[in-house]
Amino acid sequence: MPMTQRKIRVLVAKPGLDGHDRGAKTVASALRDHGMEVIYTGLHQAPEAIAEIAAQEDVDVVGLSILSGAHMALFPRVRAELAKRGMGHVLLTGGGIIPQDDMAALEAQGYTKLFGPGTPTEAIAKWITAAMEERLKNQGAQ
Amino acid sequence: MAAAETLAARIERGDRTALARMISWAENGDARFAGELAALWPRVGRAWRVGVTGPPGTGKSTLVNELARVERSRERTVGICAVDPSSPFTGGALLGDRIRMDDRTLDPGVFIRSMASRGSHGGLARAAASACDALDAFGFATILLETVGVGQAEYDVLDAADTVVVVLCPGAGDGIQAMKAGLLEVADVLVVNKSDLPGAERLQNDLLEAVHVRFTKRAWAVPVVAASAGTSKGTEDVLEAVSQHRAHVESSGLEAVRRRKRIEQVRHSVSEQLSERLWGPQGLRSRVEVELARGHSPHAIAAALLAEVTMGISKLSEARR
Repeated sequence: MPMTQRKIRVLVAKPGLDGHDRGAKTVASALRDHGMEVIYTGLHQAPEAIAEIAAQEDVDVVGLSILSGAHMALFPRVRAELAKRGMGHVLLTGGGIIPQDDMAALEAQGYTKLFGPGTPTEAIAKWITAAMEERLKNQGAQ
Repeated sequence: MAAAETLAARIERGDRTALARMISWAENGDARFAGELAALWPRVGRAWRVGVTGPPGTGKSTLVNELARVERSRERTVGICAVDPSSPFTGGALLGDRIRMDDRTLDPGVFIRSMASRGSHGGLARAAASACDALDAFGFATILLETVGVGQAEYDVLDAADTVVVVLCPGAGDGIQAMKAGLLEVADVLVVNKSDLPGAERLQNDLLEAVHVRFTKRAWAVPVVAASAGTSKGTEDVLEAVSQHRAHVESSGLEAVRRRKRIEQVRHSVSEQLSERLWGPQGLRSRVEVELARGHSPHAIAAALLAEVTMGISKLSEARR
């Protein structure tokens, strides 16, 4: 493995007051096992903090995990905070307990794809890898 | 943000996203990094770089967070680079150091970057020293460089830091461990963390004895500091030991010490990249396979390859003359 190979860097974040992170940790471990560099924020993160961490770590992907029901309030705020820091280009995704209608609404806002319960981790990893390959092809290496 | 503005220019005016991108370039071996850093080079060298190393689970991240907290209370800005291991099989990594540094996230005087070791075996990532250069150029007063949890023989931090703090904790070995060659010898400051646990005093005494018996010929007497980073005890003492070490190095010729470390940095960088080129996709592996199949011994093959490489290098240096 060449040491300077471009790696996909992912921030797995838990916004808001929801205290359940087994899902986030499972996804984080699965992405690691697919060769990605995964930064996990820990629980109870404010949207500002998530965006700030994404900026400092220069991640390619931000994945939000939420089971509290506050996604319609928190997801758009994370997106706005990212844009404020010049991080509007990151691939935004997420998952958790999110009703279908809300998923569609958030996906339309720029959350490219959201994943619900029962999604195989393999599917998430493959989706991220494909989306990143697509981006790098279009942009050239950053 | 003008498209034409360089990262170096953006860093000079305090753009944190530019700093983050610059570190990514260093990590990815992007050729543009060297040019940007050259533009920033006059700004590099003002920060004091503190390496924090030690076995896994001794509380390095917690101590780094504490050191940052106290430095901030003294209105000194802090750049942090924290390295965690990459998987040797998938190349992936879970970077969890900043979970312990959560309180610092929104402080504009702190910048934290997590880094995966990416196949480097010396306790750091290859780009860690470059990341410190970038943090230094940005203007942080103190840089904290946390290694992966190390065993007894990972010393890259020695060449990347001005002061090396080795963090140990009780319950991980007896006096004999303290006598072994290795990690202890690279320490400028020894910290017995989790000092509220049983066995801490004993460990501190063993270390003091080891230090006093073995390092008698050194000009710097390595202090052994007790701390409990999880409960914010002893952090000031650790910083005090670091600043005494700094005063010692500065009075005995900082430039010479740093130059020596820079030479090592260049040496590491060249040999690692050379090795990658020699054994990468278009490298020598298939040739070695062929030679082995022809019945040559590994020693003979190695000698022949080495002769070729050496000849290549001497031709190059002749051409330069």
